Amino acid sequence: MIEVKNLTVRYGGVTSLDGMNLLFEKGVCGLIGPNGAGKTTFFNVLSGFVRPASGSVTAFGDDLLKLAHFRRARWGVRRTFQTEQAISDLTVYDNVAMIHSKLRGAARRDDVLASIEFVGGGISPWAKVGSLTAGQRRLVEVARAVAGKPRLVLLDEPAAGLPDGETSHLTSVIKAIPGHTGALTILVDHDMVLVNAVCETTAVLDFGKLIASGPTAQVLRDEHVMRAYLGTAEVV
Amino acid sequence: MIDTAGPKATAPARRGPLMDRRALTRTAVIVVLLLLALFALPPLMSAYYTITMIQVAIYSIVTLGLGLLVGRVGMYSLGQLAVLTIGAWVAARLLFATSQPYILVLIEAGLVTMIIGSLITLPALRLRGLYLALITLMLAGGVTVIEATLNFPNGGGGFSGYNGSQLHAPQIRRPSFASTDPAFYRFSVIVAIVMFLLVFAHLRARPGRAWAAIRQSEPSALAAGINTTFYKLWAMALAAFVTGVAGALLAGADRELFSIDFPIQNSILLLAVVLMGGAFSLAGAVVAAFLQAFLPAALYNLWGVPNDWLIILFGVGVMQVLATAPGGIADQFPKDMKRLYRLISRLWRRPAPVTPGPAGTASPDAPASTGKGGTR
Repeated sequence: MIEVKNLTVRYGGVTSLDGMNLLFEKGVCGLIGPNGAGKTTFFNVLSGFVRPASGSVTAFGDDLLKLAHFRRARWGVRRTFQTEQAISDLTVYDNVAMIHSKLRGAARRDDVLASIEFVGGGISPWAKVGSLTAGQRRLVEVARAVAGKPRLVLLDEPAAGLPDGETSHLTSVIKAIPGHTGALTILVDHDMVLVNAVCETTAVLDFGKLIASGPTAQVLRDEHVMRAYLGTAEVV
Repeated sequence: MIDTAGPKATAPARRGPLMDRRALTRTAVIVVLLLLALFALPPLMSAYYTITMIQVAIYSIVTLGLGLLVGRVGMYSLGQLAVLTIGAWVAARLLFATSQPYILVLIEAGLVTMIIGSLITLPALRLRGLYLALITLMLAGGVTVIEATLNFPNGGGGFSGYNGSQLHAPQIRRPSFASTDPAFYRFSVIVAIVMFLLVFAHLRARPGRAWAAIRQSEPSALAAGINTTFYKLWAMALAAFVTGVAGALLAGADRELFSIDFPIQNSILLLAVVLMGGAFSLAGAVVAAFLQAFLPAALYNLWGVPNDWLIILFGVGVMQVLATAPGGIADQFPKDMKRLYRLISRLWRRPAPVTPGPAGTASPDAPASTGKGGTR
């Protein structure tokens, strides 16, 4: 469970998040909105890269903003980025194992291999990431996100640029994350088919404010949401 | 769980095939080369080249440290030569002031250099790229000024250990088992091997993986729970330690140190040779050391080429590396050799075109590939 109250982020004169309030209970939750709505900024706040001007973020009873950024991974925050970040010099195994700071030995090995197997895609743990396809590298990042008992998994446009076949595979993987790990998963994406397929609840951001929230199918039909994405009739 | 059609986690021993055939061959080649360097080379070398090869061994440690920073962590430092002189200064001071065994002094000089180097680069850790390079160059300039004022110890008293009025300064001592040049050469090679193993051990363990993550992307490393500041400082400290040890070797090798021998432009040359040698591999550090210490000495000895010409040569070399071989010579050379081997074996397998038909039918393939292989 994550509860965001009155979260405000300013970059100089630009208010990127403007008193955002949000409550996600469990499962896979979608966060959508037009470009520049503040979705990635929200993820950056959760990762600790951006310090908010005001507001609070409570996740599973802990004040997330109090933790130093590099300690949040140990707490259980996982994240994939819009741009590809898997480390090409290292093997798939080492990429995933990096997330572990506590677990050692066989327990760690089993968890890492289980995570790699979970994302599928026929990836060998001992292959160098540099030798994989773009889709497989994306899966390696997801594998790292589900390793080591995550509590909060943040996926930032995981399907961007993937061909349809790989997107459908990724869809089934994302759908299975809460069941596999028990983590609350937040998905940011522009692919409405993906969001519709995996998210039980969805929230919509526009200009740093939450304009809608609820069951996905209902939210996607919402009049305000249509207007935020497509503009109003008068403009056309 | 999904798509189990793919090969299921092929998990042999602990973490994959640790020693496959290629790694084994590589290790064997390295061992043979080192044995040659240690036992076959010294009797063959003239006094001039023995001294030169001592410098190569020492500078291979320096380029190892800089290669670690540049290639593994992505931190461009132009201050490594100043770090080297700090090590040399500390070692010279300790060697004159105490009668400790030389090896102990090596370690002490490394540790002191590590502390000084880490402290002065601490504020620069938040910088990256060009700005880090600029700041480290300025720090190196500061160190050079201090050393020019203090002078290197020459057996005098006090903190600086410098006595300007001495007519015959005593030489910096060497270990008793390595007092001659060939013996000191062997000693330097062994110290270099130990330093390479130290860095290699780091690269294979957690710090190495953390550095790889940092080089790829700092935000991603942070998101993976890596304390990037800590690991960058660790890299700086390790590089400073090995460079300090190299400095201590340099003190014994040169036996007299003068601040004028370490002009700041050499720091820039050092980065150039590291890029040319190959910053991403340990072998690149050795190639870089040959470029830094052997090439100038050989060119001077053979044709009297002055050192200043090397700046131009290295400039061209860096351009070439950046344009065509980003992995440096250590990466490119084996590839070229493989290409050459493939070419030769192809020519070997195909007998000379004695086919009676028109000469044009079979030949366009072979000459074309020769042409290609020849130009690369």
